[in-house]
Amino acid sequence: MLEEKNNLKAWLYLSPALVLLAVFTFYPLFNAFYLVFLKDFNYLLREFDGYTLLGNFSYVVRNPNFKQAMINTFFIVFVSVPVSVMIALFVSVALNSIKKLQGFFQTIYFLPYVTNAIAVGMAFAFIFHQDYGLINTFLGWFNVNPINWVGTGASWGNAMFSLLVYTIWGGLAFKIMIFLSGLQSIDKQYYDAARVDSTPRRRVFTKITVPLLSPMILYIVITSFIGAFKAYATVVGMFGVGLGPAGNPKSMITMVALVYDALEHTGSIGAISEAAAASIILFSITLLFTIIQMWVSKKRVHY
Amino acid sequence: MEIKLQNLTKVFQAKDKTETIAVNSLDITIPAGKLIGLLGPSGCGKSTTLYMIAGLLKPTEGKIFFGDEDVTEKAPEDRGIGLVFQNYALYPHMTVRQNIMFPLENLKVPKAEAMVRAQEMADLVGIGELMDRKPKQLSGGQQQRVAIARALVKKPRVLLLDEPLSNLDARLRLQTREEIKRIQRETGITTIFVTHDQEEAMSISDEIVLMEVGFKRQVGIPQDVYDMPENLFSAKFLGTPPINLFEGSIKEGKVTLFGGVIEKTKAKDIESCWIGIRPEGFLVDKEGPLELHIDMVETIGRDTSLVIKDEKNNTRSFRVIVDSSNRILPGDKVKFSVKPSKLFLFDKVTGEKLG
Repeated sequence: MLEEKNNLKAWLYLSPALVLLAVFTFYPLFNAFYLVFLKDFNYLLREFDGYTLLGNFSYVVRNPNFKQAMINTFFIVFVSVPVSVMIALFVSVALNSIKKLQGFFQTIYFLPYVTNAIAVGMAFAFIFHQDYGLINTFLGWFNVNPINWVGTGASWGNAMFSLLVYTIWGGLAFKIMIFLSGLQSIDKQYYDAARVDSTPRRRVFTKITVPLLSPMILYIVITSFIGAFKAYATVVGMFGVGLGPAGNPKSMITMVALVYDALEHTGSIGAISEAAAASIILFSITLLFTIIQMWVSKKRVHY
Repeated sequence: MEIKLQNLTKVFQAKDKTETIAVNSLDITIPAGKLIGLLGPSGCGKSTTLYMIAGLLKPTEGKIFFGDEDVTEKAPEDRGIGLVFQNYALYPHMTVRQNIMFPLENLKVPKAEAMVRAQEMADLVGIGELMDRKPKQLSGGQQQRVAIARALVKKPRVLLLDEPLSNLDARLRLQTREEIKRIQRETGITTIFVTHDQEEAMSISDEIVLMEVGFKRQVGIPQDVYDMPENLFSAKFLGTPPINLFEGSIKEGKVTLFGGVIEKTKAKDIESCWIGIRPEGFLVDKEGPLELHIDMVETIGRDTSLVIKDEKNNTRSFRVIVDSSNRILPGDKVKFSVKPSKLFLFDKVTGEKLG
């Protein structure tokens, strides 16, 4: 009796969160899996022309931007995640080994995390500006001609490079914070023991620090992969809703952008289902990679 | 390898600039090939001393010699020491074999040789069949042995152990301390270990160094330190039950306690001093100068422990251990004499031995 009562109370306390989750997360989630199988769904009239198994997926795949979105997304994921994880690891190990000004630098490195992505994107767009940007000014000192990073007609490579620099920088803050807290929880005696046993610095890092930090590294790699697969705000921040440098629109389109793109024509028949299909494709890819990582990590992560 | 500490001092400075002298001009010579116990209550500077010998802490003053070599300025990795940490500090992600081989890999010992040496060392400490386990899968005592094997495998000149038994349960502690003694004998390595447990220190050390608030109080063979304490601290720290302390006086070479003259001494007359008598120092003696009122009797079998209220201070009581052949009941009045070898006189101010 008593337990049941408590149960009821527990549900009551949980209900605000549950209701919000149900309305804004669970319903859309499952709804997407429903919408994707509707043929020629008219959103406004809520009419559809029977069901289809793969029809909406084929719309997505045949979308002229699909290939570019896949290429861009994979590029962002497989370049920005490893690079930023490595940089974050080195920065946090370095930060952890200094005593003076550690708090100050910790704050500095954490600033990107509390700064709006769009604002930072605009700042980076300016940093990469062809005529006034910091990068070209710097390169100018070495007599390098101004490079058109993100300006009108900028090449895909230049634009992608700029986007990656921005993405990596923006992702560092959170990773460094997690790594630092992980490093600070490693028992100092392991390092004393390693010192007494004359362990070279490199070996201390690879044989002690990295394995003991491996749960954190796994956590960061998985969340970063998921985050990178969802890249969108960074593109908008840097290139605006054109999703690419002027004169080369949509060259920086990503998978999430593809979803939003489809949603832009919500009025037109089947657009919603196409968006659902695109998001489910993205979801499947993300899930697949997460499973692979969890599987690989079983041997490499030491709890 | 003889170890010599010369005027060794360590001052810790807190953030608010207050200074704590953890180790105060320590002069100790540790003979080669012996097992030495650094003994003292917590905060006496024994661990600090050990870590200075290891090189993980830098002395504020003084010098450390290994043999004739001054190692004061040497980094820990260049000193040739093996160190066993209080909580062992075994690398949790490595197997026992990997843990023991780790120091050898650092020294670029060929893999085949390293495997053989690791196995030999593991066999010596009795964990030869646990090589493929992870530290988490081992008991406290087994982890301890792995830590010792890891410290010894690179053939250090000195083995240092920080509270090696404090993380073990009572039964394992007994077993492990014998094990440490055996390993030390078999390897013949100069070994220093730190402990706050007098029984532990006395039972396995060849010599003990007794420390208090950063000072060396007494150095010697455990039995000598127990039998001939040089000061009040040594007398109080060693022995269970602890030594009984009374306020008394010396007049014309006679030591007087509770009105009775219990012993003659060559010490100068003094109005008030500490009289220390070990619990086993009382003898039931009909002619004895001390008549005591027995408050409680605890029979252990081999001997009997008597609890007696201090006549001068009723809130205090002290303990006397007598042979169980003496049938004594609570409430009895019993006459005692005191064994001269179990009686010590200490100055009230300096705590130094009198006479």
